[in-house]
Amino acid sequence: MQQSIMEEKTGTAPKTTEKKKPAKSAVSSRRFWQITSKSKAGKMDNLSGYLFISPWLIGLLFLTAGPLLFSLYVSFTDYNITSQMNFVGLDNYKRMFTMDDLFWTSLWNTLYFVLFSIPLTTAGAVFIAVLLNQKIKGMKFFRTIYYLPAVLSGVAVYFLWMQMLSPSTGLVNTVLGWVGIEGPSWLFDPAWTKPALIFMKLWSVGGGMLLYLARLQSISTALYEAADLDGANSIHKFFYITLPMITPIIFFDVITSTIYAFQIFQEAYVMTENGDGGPGNSLLFYNLHMWKNAFEMFDMGYASSMAWFLFVFIMILTVFNLKIGKKWVYYEGGDNK
Amino acid sequence: MIKAESDLKFHQTKSFQERTKKTITLAFLLLGSILLLMPLWWMISTSLKSPEEIMQHPPTFIPESFRFSNYIEAWQTGPFARWGLNTLFIAIVTTIGSVLVNSYVAYGFAKIHFKGRNTLFVIVLATMLIPSFVTLVPQYMLFSKLGWVNTYLPLIIPAFAGSAFYIFLLRQFMMTIPDEYIEAARMDGASHLRIWWHIMLPLTKPALITVALFSFNAAWNDLLSPLLYLNDENLYTLQLGLQTFKGSVQVQWHYLMSMSVMILLPTVILFFFFQRYFMEGTNVSSGTKG
Repeated sequence: MQQSIMEEKTGTAPKTTEKKKPAKSAVSSRRFWQITSKSKAGKMDNLSGYLFISPWLIGLLFLTAGPLLFSLYVSFTDYNITSQMNFVGLDNYKRMFTMDDLFWTSLWNTLYFVLFSIPLTTAGAVFIAVLLNQKIKGMKFFRTIYYLPAVLSGVAVYFLWMQMLSPSTGLVNTVLGWVGIEGPSWLFDPAWTKPALIFMKLWSVGGGMLLYLARLQSISTALYEAADLDGANSIHKFFYITLPMITPIIFFDVITSTIYAFQIFQEAYVMTENGDGGPGNSLLFYNLHMWKNAFEMFDMGYASSMAWFLFVFIMILTVFNLKIGKKWVYYEGGDNK
Repeated sequence: MIKAESDLKFHQTKSFQERTKKTITLAFLLLGSILLLMPLWWMISTSLKSPEEIMQHPPTFIPESFRFSNYIEAWQTGPFARWGLNTLFIAIVTTIGSVLVNSYVAYGFAKIHFKGRNTLFVIVLATMLIPSFVTLVPQYMLFSKLGWVNTYLPLIIPAFAGSAFYIFLLRQFMMTIPDEYIEAARMDGASHLRIWWHIMLPLTKPALITVALFSFNAAWNDLLSPLLYLNDENLYTLQLGLQTFKGSVQVQWHYLMSMSVMILLPTVILFFFFQRYFMEGTNVSSGTKG
């Protein structure tokens, strides 16, 4: 029955109507098939639509939204997995802001990491992408090499960097020694632990590079040719053409990688002894502190309040990024709102 | 006449400039490649050295003698074969799950018209902005209430609930496939389920390979979830095993590095065989997000 309706419908109505909106085709079919009402045709699609997205919808409810709201409630209790949930009001938040010095240490460590790693990796990715966008033989080979470190991750990579950063026998200080620089003790010196991790992040800058490269390849050569005629040099061309054209990617990259950088955890956990936050707590990042409260002390109430603070903090930061993005992001075609 | 001469000069200096620019770029790229590859060389070289040679100052770049026995000895220091099979099992199940579920969900967002579709898709995008650590604590409470701690369920089940990034990536890919294909099949009476399975899956194979590679790689390299949920040593994954391996013995770099080489090897092999898909995965997202 349904099948014949479908056949008849498209037999009479031009194909393109169906492409736009179901309502349109439903209306046109109604004229010939009074029985198939508009609402029935709509319902069919609704049902299968929801069926198709149901795995995601269930995940959203039970793995994201539900837990998120539950943890908001837990953040006002003293829950510790085994105990009852006793409502303690704002105690957890009070403790966080006024009594827990390590909370501030961890927040500062994380901000330090974000503030230095994001500009450096972004600039590095842009720089490499511009180099790799030249028309030179063997470019494909170079792209492979520059991208390779970005796909490598996990404990093995952290071990490798611990080895390379070892003060007297590591590769990094050996290479620095060649150019007459006496390298620091990196992971053993509180002042150098975070720069060490930022340095490590720069190794895998190739992931971001690909984003920029794709954009660079879509910039019209006519723009550069026009600049050539005006006698512009490479630096002019970079700052007046290339950079404005890639601002949308920089914008996207900065927003997502900021959120990602706030989640630094595994590096600090693996690369410090017993995952304790390193010398002088210099690698005690926010998530490591939260982890310890939640899964070593099982102070779920406090950890939940830390999670919510982070959530709100990042949301505010993202909104801020989106707002100031409007001032410096250039959209081609003039729809710059 | 004069103009022609100056034009000629202009072109000559131009091509000279072009050539120097290319030479400088090439020099930069070569230097950068050496810097980027050096860590990998260092890892392999260290993995073949004797413990004494590793402690040497200044260090050697090429091992004095290649101790391949490091690999066998390192492998025997723990139940790595078992951990490897555990990891493989988790990685394969989550990969199958995320390829099927994410493409199923993406089909809904790309090809079926239903009420609230656009709003819901915006929510998909918005969830990408929620830091995963924020849901980690409450998810743990949920899974421990369900008695899932010390099982693979917390590692596997989330993969079957779809992931915003993969849904987005696959949906973008499916949008490029003409609706006429789906309409034609609908006319023949095919259900959406059949269309997805028989038409959409084959047509989106490149994007599915990308998702498979990304999710396999993510599962293979994940430390966080195993660390959180697995206590029984028999259930450990390679990453977790390697991490505890560091703590259990006094740091033995020759073993640690040879284990690291072995654990990274599958990723490197996959990368060289499927390089195009790795790179395209990143590009699909950039093209549309930009």
